[in-house]
Amino acid sequence: MSAQKTHPSKSAGHFRATPLQPRRRGIIIGASGGIGSALALRLGREGYDLALVGRNRAPLSKLSKEIVHIQPRINSYTYIHDVTDYTAVPSLLKKIVAELGGLDLVVYVSGVNLPPGLNNYYFAGDREMVEVNLIGAMAWLDPIAAMFQSAKAGQIVAISSVAGDRGRVGNPGYNASKAGLTTYLEALRNRLTRYGVHVLTVKPGFVRTEMLKAAPRVMFPISPNKAAQDIWKAIRSRKQQIYTPALWGLIMFVVRNIPSVIFRRMSF
Amino acid sequence: MENNLENTFLKFDNFGHSLTSTAYRLQLKSPQDIRDAYKLARQSGVTMTARGAGRSYNDAALNGGGIVMDLSAMNRILSWNKDTGQVVCEPGVTLEQLWQHTFSDGWWPPVVSGTMKTTLGGCLAANIHGKNNFQMGPIGEHVLEFSALLPSGAALTCSPKRNSDLFYGMISGLGMLGIFTSITLQMKRIYSGRLEVRAWPTSNLQNHLDSLLEYASEYDYIVGWMDTTVRGRGLGRGQIHAARYLGPGEDPDTERYLLLRNQTLPARLFGIMPKSILHHLMRPFVNNLGWSLVNNIKYLSALRRHTFLQSHAAFHFLLDYIPDWERSYGRYGLIQYQSFLPKETAELAWGEMLQMSHRSGVPAFLGVTKRHRPDKFLLTHAVDGFSLAMDFKVTRGNRAKLARLLETFDRIVLQAGGRFYFAKNSETTQASTHQFLGSQTLSKFHRLKKRCDPEEILESDLYRRVFK
Repeated sequence: MSAQKTHPSKSAGHFRATPLQPRRRGIIIGASGGIGSALALRLGREGYDLALVGRNRAPLSKLSKEIVHIQPRINSYTYIHDVTDYTAVPSLLKKIVAELGGLDLVVYVSGVNLPPGLNNYYFAGDREMVEVNLIGAMAWLDPIAAMFQSAKAGQIVAISSVAGDRGRVGNPGYNASKAGLTTYLEALRNRLTRYGVHVLTVKPGFVRTEMLKAAPRVMFPISPNKAAQDIWKAIRSRKQQIYTPALWGLIMFVVRNIPSVIFRRMSF
Repeated sequence: MENNLENTFLKFDNFGHSLTSTAYRLQLKSPQDIRDAYKLARQSGVTMTARGAGRSYNDAALNGGGIVMDLSAMNRILSWNKDTGQVVCEPGVTLEQLWQHTFSDGWWPPVVSGTMKTTLGGCLAANIHGKNNFQMGPIGEHVLEFSALLPSGAALTCSPKRNSDLFYGMISGLGMLGIFTSITLQMKRIYSGRLEVRAWPTSNLQNHLDSLLEYASEYDYIVGWMDTTVRGRGLGRGQIHAARYLGPGEDPDTERYLLLRNQTLPARLFGIMPKSILHHLMRPFVNNLGWSLVNNIKYLSALRRHTFLQSHAAFHFLLDYIPDWERSYGRYGLIQYQSFLPKETAELAWGEMLQMSHRSGVPAFLGVTKRHRPDKFLLTHAVDGFSLAMDFKVTRGNRAKLARLLETFDRIVLQAGGRFYFAKNSETTQASTHQFLGSQTLSKFHRLKKRCDPEEILESDLYRRVFK
């Protein structure tokens, strides 16, 4: 047990909950960059104790230090983990929940986008996208959903994409992975709302992150901070689904309603 | 078992509903279950704490993100000897079960808490006291022996003579050294189902404490109600209730009152209003203005000096008189701050604390005083003096103010040579704990912890907060 108790990397002293100093605890899976980092900073500022999960140690440690610098009265922990290492999840989750001292919020951010090119098919890339974007989410959110259902409390947030709303010519694997994630989250919501658990699906348009470099064309891009701000607002008001920026709600309403007979002929 | 832990993740809270903590719950029914639980904790790398009725105002029975061992189903009374008054119980037996089992034979628990819902395991872990602490000591002094299962694997029997360091360590040890599996308790002989109770008013703090000091020796029980909202000359005014057992033949109605049905608390007020709804009706009054009014009315009614006979249950279990009373404190619940002060320093310190609470705009709504004497248990809270328990309502807006106030209280109490009680004070810091227990006691506790639980399997929110 003692081996399990060593902190992978802890940037703050322990603050413990009391009636006069209650605490909220969140896990961010995929915190090393982009929306994950921005949201971690936002939640840290709001007073959440955080478990930052990601693949690379250096950016995670840097982020953790930055959060604690901004908000010195929170606990921030970092964990090195690859979301496709599914079998590692149950024990890592137990360890994180024990270290945080409970769990109120989970945000699944991890995602990859590997466009094969317009006339190419690339199974290895499609597989990786499904494994990271969808199966990784299931590996984390299934046990957490079970816990929240049992506790009759908790908030589940995952970053899906506008790309999950329609299958388009550019990136079938990415569309499929995000469509799968959106539907999975909808099903979780339908299961969990009756237990008082909140499930939020976030559908960003273009956000200026590492992932954006793979995108051939960019429309109305926003900063990760703007996305994090929108997501935080949606967490607070317990919205079920948001587009960020909100304009994408309108765009996707139109896109969702383009008849297939036309959509098939479009290069969009 | 491990795969199902997720499905046992539950929200627990403290008695005051002011602190919630989510943990995996294991419902244990036998010593073998406890052994299996130790094994599970070891395998999954998760810590555990025991929980009985969850009647602590503090976080001793909470273990956020870990396992909570629910022992409430381990509640058999294993043997009862009505000639000697010795009873052997599993740890989940409640005081309610216990007195109802022994009462008609003429025996009463030697020490009881203000609610009868507490379990014996919890009572021993916190080493509870009653209104007779000045005379009978804490409940631990009436434990003849107990058996316990330690995380190290040992099954032990402890008594004041046998494994005495563990006897005095585990009682008051907050469940951090091992889990009680059976407890042998010496009950107290009673000759009537009623107590003779005398009530009189006290006009201020000095008068109140003098009364406790002077009259304790003449009675078996003594307890004070303090109006913590009043300012000025009446600061610390209140009412004393003192009670004594009736001897053989003293109660003309002995037969009738030794019947269990004449001990039950009435379910209705004035014979008509069901008490289960009372806490809703109280809610509008549980604020600074409303409660000051309630206290004033209560004080006026306390001005009458009188002596009356009262059933044991009605005298002792005030907290059960209004079911779910703690719900009347609203969404954010309440906390209790109980300080134990030597009789020489109490008046000055509490006078200052009461005034401070008024100045800061967060007065306590209820104050309860008792008379105490020291005891030999390791993490003891008792002193030769008094205790004052103050109930504070927690609101969204008063948390920071109240936290600052209690921080100052801690300083005053420590300076006055006082102590704290782990079943009550939820805001006591690690530094305060170190100061009142002293390094010698603490290192003794940590040595025992190392011996009984080298892998630190037993941990509660409380343990991590103040001891680790």
